Amino acid sequence: MTAVPHVLPYLVAVWVFLAGAYGLATSRNLIHAVGCLSVCQAATYVLLLAVGYRDGATAPVFSDVEPGTRPVVDPVVQALALTDVVVGATVTALLLALVVQVAKRHGTVDPDELTELRG
Amino acid sequence: MNPRTRLWLVATGGAGLAALLVAACLRLPRFGGDRHPYGDRAVHASLERHTANTVASVNFDQRAFDTLGEMTILFAAVLGCVVLLRQTRDEHRAHPEPADVARPVRRYALLVLPVALLTGLYVVAHGQLSPGGGFQGGVVAATALHVLYLGADYRALERVRPVGAYEVGDALATSAYLVTGVAGLIGGTAFLANTLLPYGTFNTLSSGGTVPLLNAAVGMEVACAVVVLLAGFLDQAVEIVDEGEDDDRAGDGHHHEERGK
Repeated sequence: MTAVPHVLPYLVAVWVFLAGAYGLATSRNLIHAVGCLSVCQAATYVLLLAVGYRDGATAPVFSDVEPGTRPVVDPVVQALALTDVVVGATVTALLLALVVQVAKRHGTVDPDELTELRG
Repeated sequence: MNPRTRLWLVATGGAGLAALLVAACLRLPRFGGDRHPYGDRAVHASLERHTANTVASVNFDQRAFDTLGEMTILFAAVLGCVVLLRQTRDEHRAHPEPADVARPVRRYALLVLPVALLTGLYVVAHGQLSPGGGFQGGVVAATALHVLYLGADYRALERVRPVGAYEVGDALATSAYLVTGVAGLIGGTAFLANTLLPYGTFNTLSSGGTVPLLNAAVGMEVACAVVVLLAGFLDQAVEIVDEGEDDDRAGDGHHHEERGK
C-alpha cells in the first residue's frame, strides 16, 4: 500500500466530516448539534489545504521570500479556506442565536422534544 | 422515528457516503503533488500587481467580487443575529452590578488590552504584505476590546463599546467596499478590477493598488461585526431577563453578582 500517504490527508477530511455528521444525527442538544456542524465544516478546511499542498513548499507570501526561489503552496485554496472560516463563523453565530430563541420559547434544547409547532 | 431506526438509517447512509467519499479520494491528485495550475497563475498575477501576500491578492483583487458576496453574508448574518437576539416585550434589562476582579487578572488584562488591539490593527494594515489581513485582524481587534470584560466588568465594556456606533461602522465599511468598486466604474475601468490605482513599490504598505483599501474596509467590517455579535450574545447572558425571573433573583445577591460579572 504505497498509495496510503498520498491519500491519507483526504481520508482524514472524510473521517472528520463523517464524525461530525454522526454527531449531528444523534445529537440530543442543539448547542452540541451546532458544534457538530462546525466539525463537519472543519473537514472542508483539511480537504482544501490538503488539495493545495506541494512537497517542500512554503507559504505563498513573498515579503521575505524572493519570488521564484522556492516553491509555494496553492494560494487559491488558502483563500477559499479563509472564505470557508468566515462563512462557518457566521452560520454558527446565527444558529446559536436561533438556539437561544428556541430555549426561551420552548424551554428545551433537546431536538427530540421539539416536536410540536408553536407560534 | 425511534432512536434505533434512526441509528440504523444513519449507519447505512453514513457507510454509503463513506464508501463514495473514499472512492473519490483515491481518484484525487496525489497529496503534495507539483501540479497546481490555478495556484501558479494566481502567484504570477499577484506578483505582477506588486502584492506580496498572494492570498490577499486572491481575496481582494482576483476574487474581489466573491469577497463582496462574503462580506454581504457576514453583514446579513449580523443583521439576523441582531433581530433574533433583540429584547422582546416580555423581557426587561437588569443592571449588572460591578464585580470584584482579582488584582493580577485586572492588571494583566489592562496590560494585554492595548497590545492585543495594536496587534489586530497591525495584522489588518499589513494584510497585503504578510500573513493575515482584514478578516483575521478584525477578529483580533474586536476580541481585544472584550478583554476589558474579563479585567474590569460589563459596564466598563459597555462604555468603550456603544453598540449603535459599531452597527453604523459595520454598514459604513460594507459601503466603503462597494464605493471602492464603483470608483473603478467611474474611473473608466471595471467594477472591483484593481486597475485604477498605481501598484506602488513591491513589499511596501501602499503596494497592491486597491488591495489595501478593500482589506481595510473588510477589517473594519469584521471588527464591527464581531463586536455587535458578541454584544448580542452577552446582552442575552448578562442583561436581558424574563419578566418575573428578576424578582426571584433579587433576594439572591450572590447569583446576581455572578451574572453581572
